[in-house]
Parts: sequence; C-alpha cells; structure tokens
Amino acid sequence: MAFTAFSAQTSAAEPAAKRRSPIALFLLLPGILYLILFFVTPLISLVITSFQEPDPVRFGSFVNAFRWENYVIVLETYGEQSLRSAGFAALATLFALLIGFPLGYFIGITLRPYPLLQGLALVLVIAPFFISFLLRTLAWKQIFSDEGPIAGVLGALAILPPGQAITGTAFSVIFGLTYNFVPFMTLPIYATLASLDLRLLEAGNDLYGSPAVTFRTVTLPLSAAGVMSGTLLTFIPAAGDYINASREFLGSTDTTMIGNVIETNFLVLQNFPAAAALSLVLMAAILILVSLYVRRSGTEELL
Amino acid sequence: MTNNEVPQGGFAEAGADLELVGISKRFPGFTAIEELDLTIPAGSFFALLGPSGCGKTTTLRLIAGLEEPTTGRILIGGRDVTSTRAYQRPVNTVFQSYALFPHMTIIENVAFGLKRRGIKNADPLAHEALQLVELDHVANRKPAQLSGGQQQRVALARAVVNRPALLLLDEPLGALDLKLRRQMQIELKDIQSEVGLTFLHVTHDQEEAMTMADTVAVMNKGRIEQMGNPQELYELPHTAFVATFLGQSNLFTGEVTSSGSSSISVDVSGTTIDVRSDRAQRHRGRVTVGVRPEKVTLYDSAPKQSSDRNVVGPGRVTDVSFSGVSTQYEVTLPTHGVVTVFSQNTSITAMHHDGDEVWLSWDVGHTFGLADESYTAAGSRFQDDTDTSMIATQSREKLEAELGAD
Amino acid sequence: MRGFGKWAIWVYASMAFVFLLIPIVYTIVFSFNDARRTNILWRGFTFDNWLNVCDAQTVCQAFGNSILIGVVATVLATTLGTMIAIALVRYRFRFRNTTTLLIFLPMTTPEVVLGAGLAAQFLQVGVPKGLGTIIIAHTLFCLSFVVVTVRARVASIDPALEEAGRDLYGNPRQVFWRITFPMLLPGIVAAALLSFALSFDDFIITNFNRGAEVTFPSFVYTAAARGIPPEANVIASGVFFLAIALVLIAQLSAAARRRKLAATT
Repeated sequence: MAFTAFSAQTSAAEPAAKRRSPIALFLLLPGILYLILFFVTPLISLVITSFQEPDPVRFGSFVNAFRWENYVIVLETYGEQSLRSAGFAALATLFALLIGFPLGYFIGITLRPYPLLQGLALVLVIAPFFISFLLRTLAWKQIFSDEGPIAGVLGALAILPPGQAITGTAFSVIFGLTYNFVPFMTLPIYATLASLDLRLLEAGNDLYGSPAVTFRTVTLPLSAAGVMSGTLLTFIPAAGDYINASREFLGSTDTTMIGNVIETNFLVLQNFPAAAALSLVLMAAILILVSLYVRRSGTEELL
Repeated sequence: MTNNEVPQGGFAEAGADLELVGISKRFPGFTAIEELDLTIPAGSFFALLGPSGCGKTTTLRLIAGLEEPTTGRILIGGRDVTSTRAYQRPVNTVFQSYALFPHMTIIENVAFGLKRRGIKNADPLAHEALQLVELDHVANRKPAQLSGGQQQRVALARAVVNRPALLLLDEPLGALDLKLRRQMQIELKDIQSEVGLTFLHVTHDQEEAMTMADTVAVMNKGRIEQMGNPQELYELPHTAFVATFLGQSNLFTGEVTSSGSSSISVDVSGTTIDVRSDRAQRHRGRVTVGVRPEKVTLYDSAPKQSSDRNVVGPGRVTDVSFSGVSTQYEVTLPTHGVVTVFSQNTSITAMHHDGDEVWLSWDVGHTFGLADESYTAAGSRFQDDTDTSMIATQSREKLEAELGAD
Repeated sequence: MRGFGKWAIWVYASMAFVFLLIPIVYTIVFSFNDARRTNILWRGFTFDNWLNVCDAQTVCQAFGNSILIGVVATVLATTLGTMIAIALVRYRFRFRNTTTLLIFLPMTTPEVVLGAGLAAQFLQVGVPKGLGTIIIAHTLFCLSFVVVTVRARVASIDPALEEAGRDLYGNPRQVFWRITFPMLLPGIVAAALLSFALSFDDFIITNFNRGAEVTFPSFVYTAAARGIPPEANVIASGVFFLAIALVLIAQLSAAARRRKLAATT
C-alpha cells in the first residue's frame, strides 16, 4: 500500500535475479521524462522565478535577475508564519500519533481474531478520504461556530469566555490539521502492526516481560517503520497546508501559515518571486528535516 | 498461438542425453560453479546431491535456461542449446515452490506449456497427465484449494505433459512432511519408469537421492566430488566430504608406513590400519582412511590380531543410544578420538554399557582411503548453515562496502 | 493491562471512530437540509437537493470536470507508474538510485510547492491554464503513489512463477500478458483507485493551475466564503456512498472467498 511509502523497502521473499535489458529503458523512459518535464523543470522554474526582480517598465511583471535579497525579504516578512507552520504541523503530527497509534494497534492487533470487523474498522478509517476534504473541514467550522453546539456547551459551563470564538484560533487550526491527517498516520501504523507476528509478543511475555515492557521492547520497535511513515505522511502535507488555516475555514489572520502566504503571493498579489522563494524555503526545510529523520530512525531504533 | 521458435523435434517419447562441458557460473562476489563437466545418459534418473549453497540449484537453472553460464556449453541430445532461451529448450522444471500459477485452474496450469507450443489437443493431453498423478478430479480447482502434496503432483504433471527431453526437479519434495515425502519418492520413481524420460533431481537429502536415483553426483563448493551409483558411493567414498555427507563415517589420519601391491598400511597414532590398495585414493604420505559405523564390531576383550582385520582399542563406551533396530555406540579412544559404531539388534550379542572398556574391529576390505590429506572434524557443536542466497547477500554486501555506496 | 487495557482500547478506539465520522455524518445530514442558498443552519428535511442536484448548475459542471480530470489523470499515471514499478523491481540499470529519488521526491514535496512550481513553469513558457494543465498536475502527483503501490505488488510475486512461464515455452510477451499482468492486476486496480481518489479530492495543486476552470473542490472553496449550496453536500455524499459500497462489496466478497476456500480444502 502506498501508505507505507516511507517505511523501509518492503520485504520481498528473495531478491529476484535482476537483469540488464533494453526493456528497462522502454519501461522507464516515458515516466521519467514526465517527471523531468513536470517536476524537475518546474523546480528550476521556481528557482529562476525566486531571483526575479520587478520589471522597471511594465508594472506588475518581473524580469530574470539574480536578486537573492528576495529570500532575505520573505524570511524577514514571513518568519512568524514559517515558524507557526512548523509548530502547528508538529503539534498536529503529535496529536495524530496519539490518536492514530492506538487506533492502528486496535485494528491491527486487537481486532485480528475478527477479520470481518477488522475490514469494517479499516473502512471507517479510510471513509474520510471518500468525502470532500473541504466539506469535512467546513463541517468542523459549523460545529465549532458560535451558534454551534460545542460553543454553546462550553459557554454555558463558563469554560469559554464570552466573546471568544473557537474557530479562527490556533486550537481550531491544529484540531483541523489533526483531524485531516489521522488516517495518514493510522494506516501505515496499522499496516506494520497487522503483519506483526503475535507469537513475538507471547515470546516477550514468556521471557518475563510484563505487558508494558513487552510493548516498549517488542511492539514499539517493530512498528517503528509505520510510525515513521505516518509521521512523514502527516507532517509534510500539514506543514504546507493552507485550507485549515484560511479564514473561510478554521483559521483567521492570526493563524496564517506559510501555505496561505504562498497562495496569496502567487494567486492574489501576483508577487511570483516572493511565492517562489517561500516555496523553495519550505521545500528545503522539509527535505532537510526528512533526511535527518530518515537517517536517524533508519539506522537506530526509534526511541 | 503457435510458437515457431520452439523446436518441435526436441520433444521425444524418450529422454535425451544431457552434456555439460566446462560450465562455470560466477555471480558478483562469488563463484557458484567451477569448470563443471557432466554427462547424463538418456532415460536415467540422475540425482545432484549436496548441501545448501553447493551450486546444485544453479546448475539446474543453467540447464533450464534461467541463468546463462559464464563459460562452457550445454548440449541436449547432442545439440548445443547454450545460447537458446528458457522457452526454446525442450526442458521442463518442477520448481521447489511448485510455482503453480495462482490465477489459473489446475487444468489451465497443466495445459499451459502445450498451448504455448501450439499443440492442438492440449486439453485431453493435460487431463491424461492429471490422470497419471491421480488428480483429474480437481482439474477445475485453483492451486490454493489443493494440499501441498497435491500441488506437488500438479507441478509434476504440468512438466511431464510436455514430454521434455529432460525433466528437472528442484528439491521437489522439500516442502512435504516425511511420510508424504517417502510416498512421493516412490510415485516419482514409478512415473519416471512409466514415461521413460531423463530425470535430473536436485536435493540435499542424501536418503532421497540414494533411494530414487540410478546415479548420484555429490556436489560441494561448485564442483562434483564424486559420481556413481548409490551403493558404490556409499561403500567407497573418495573424499572426506562424500564420506561424511553421504551417511556417517569414522575417519582416521596418519602416515603410510608400507605400501604393497595389494594393500597399504597406515600408522594412526601408533595403531596400524590396513587398506586395500584398490580402495585407497592415495598410496603415500599423509592420508585419511575411514570405515562406516555399521561395519565395526565391538569386543569386551582384545580380539586376536589377524591380517584381514583392523583392530583399534581399547577405548571406553561414552554414549549408548538404543533405537530398536540397532544400537548406536560412541566409543572414546585416548588416541583416536570418538568412534561411532552401529550394532544391529540380533539379540545374540550382549549390549555394552556406558563406561565399558571395549575394542573395535572391522574387515580390512571395508576400510576406504580418501583423497584428502587430513581431516579435522567440525569443531563447533552446530554446523554452519549457509544457503546460496545468504552467501550471495553477504558477498554482495562485502563488495558494496568495498566499493562504497552504489 | 489484562482486563482494563482490553476495555480501555475498545473505548478509546470507539471514540476515535466517532471523531473521524462526525464531519462525514454532518455533511450527509446537511445534504437533506431545506436550505435554499446558505447551508449553515438546519431548516428542515427535504429530498429536493437530491432530486434536483443539477439545479445548481455550477456544482454539476464542476463535478463533471473533476470526473473527467480524475479519469484521464488516473489512466496516464497508472500506465506510466506501472511501467516504472516493473522496471524498478525486475531490472538493473544505471542511475537506479537517482531514479528512485526522482520518484519519491514529489511525495515529500508539499502540494503548494508542486502547484506553485508548475504554475511558475506554465507562466514562463506561456501555456494557458485550463483542464489540460490540471490533468498534467494531477498525473504528476498520482504517479509516485502508483509506483509505490504497484512496486509492492511486483515485489510480492514469486519470481519462480515467471520462470515457470518461460520454462513452459511462454515467450517474454506471453509470460507478461498471461502471468505477470494478471497477477499485478489487483495492485494496478488499487493504484488506479487511489489515483482517482487523490485527483478527485485535490484542491491545492489544482488551485494553482486551473485558470478559470472549476473542479468540485475548487467550487467548494470559492463558495465557502458566501455559503455552500446543499447540492455540493449531495454530490459529496453520493460519491461517499458509492465508494463505501464498492469497498464493502470488495470486503464481503473477499470474506466469502475465504470461507469458500476454507470449505473446499
């Protein structure tokens, strides 16, 4: 399944004899050309755009240049939003893990004796994929709205101060991000736990490990690949997301994330160099984080 | 769909000779087969026997055309097939994992090869082959619905139905339990004599090789150590590897003290052991001689010296295990280490007990002299078990470490 | 952890399921709201929205666009991705690691960056944005997911099966179409379904490359400011029910097959 994309190479029974053949070229060429044309060159376009300067003659358009100050400017202007993105995404990933791990454990191990129930539970986890991402997020907005049930109850209990809305806050944005990415966290964890040999847990118990010790020393390390995959599948899109944080959804001007800034600069302000520079900063930051993370958890056990 | 590339003439009612000439196969990092010459006569049941990683499966894959040899030629019925592809060779394989196509029914599996060759009455022939293995009643099931033994028989039918010049069996019984394996061994042998094809059987089970094959070749580290009929191999092993891999042996190393025309004498830690000259591979210098455990007799007191018997002793019985048909003794001698003796349960001879002092004796004609200079028993309690894929992985890793990351 | 742990995990998991399902139920319920324009407050139950979905013309058109884009992008991505997956598992070639990296990078690139990059390129080359540019963008991000999904399937096929095909006189073409392809099919179908789902629900990349074209998600996004018509909920719910039905049928037939298999052996 694609959800284990980031975990270590799937264990093939035995590496088949690989041969060199012109067929390989025939198979690879179209797809690789596609990626070069529509992934690599766009990245180059982004780099070129990020160094452009405003056209002195025609207002609103840009000419190629080497204006590296663009980067300094965007980082100064949008430093706050960038840090907020990282913080929101990290918190959402943490909460998604707190929900997704027990859920993956429940489906993969607790429900294993009941295959039909297990299948149904899995359907429930992927169900959100089948209904519009935007409508789901809007649904939370309505539920959290000032007229909605949650605000009513919290207001009546005096937990929520009068005049304080739930939507448009850091809480609602992180809540929305968590909600949207819980399935991405749960599925890879489920996938690794579903293939966990239960006899290993019995062996752990047999060798004098209490349930807690067995969990920490056997279950957790063996599900590390799923946790890693799920963390990346959650963190990366969450860091670049701009739906949850946008004003029409769960955010406000106080919760603007880097995705919103890129979108506004590109599509509304048409300040292409700034949008390009920010995109590259975001991509570089994520690549560095991912490679550090993969290297760390690839060689050592998680924890 | 007719496949014109397949030589129709290669399919005979009887098998054809197989000849391997100077075959070697190197994989990145290790050599699987070195300079192998082998001839398998038509119609024979030939077994290639050896431990995991000895190169026997690679040999089979080379013959099937699934691998290309690094050097050498392969001839089937006198025709050079070295450069032909697997689907062009009149050879069929029964795979270790059976490799039944899971998305096809049993009859579709069996008829697959016939249909690829464009043979008209493929289905009736396939049913006939299924009848041969007594599985025609499951023709319309999928492989997953059959037991392991049934799948094995389908795999056999799927290969035999093509009447190949040569049928290759890659550990075909390895996945079956002991009882089923014995039963299948007999069935396989029957089918072979019924269809009269040349069978090449690869196995690491020495008992299987000996009960089924007319000719057994023992393979080790990419070479054939010895080849012959099972009895010959057992009674007169040429190397320490054959002597210990094929059954058990007691081996002694010493210097040749006298070498006559009919026999040679070897001094092993002060005891003289005689070997008939025609049963010794080497006649001078340091040699290893041996005897099978069931040829040795135990005595409570020193037996009379005689020119036609070797006598060793005294030693102490250090282990007795009774198995009904026979009793296995381990006798520890201060000068010769541990010797194993099998004694048949005839109720005439008395049992020996742990700690008894005994002498060992056997017929000079049962002694064999090996080609090895010396032999040291495996030092560790457990034998190394390294199979081909593990060796390949290890050597690849070593190579990659040497060359840096790819 | 014996008694309490068992009990606690059932409760915790049930709560998580409720959490996952709340907005879905909300969306479906509000597809029956007698709402006129803005579908925020509950105004009473009606089937009208379901019966006259296409009264809100723009919704239906957006939906049609999304289907078209989804189908074309899925076909393209599945074809290209399957070819790459087979090559990755079965062949040795130079620049193998570079190729793998090239395939994985789009998955680790945030959607805004993919969207902005393509948009910047289309801008520089002067390609007008429209359905074509959306399809190009969708094919790109689906491609990596197809490769990963199909590759796992290719790797799980016992190489001996293809060898048996060759051994039984199948030439390379016959071995591919009669053995490899039928065995890959479940993986290819899964990859295609995943592609379609990703494409159908994508908003961020689409938004950068759609020009004046409207897809279903972009319709919802634009409408969010002034109120979503209940017809949007109808379409989303309809798609949801269809997808769930397909998945359930697949699950149940798999269970039935398991039982049948168990009965015959």
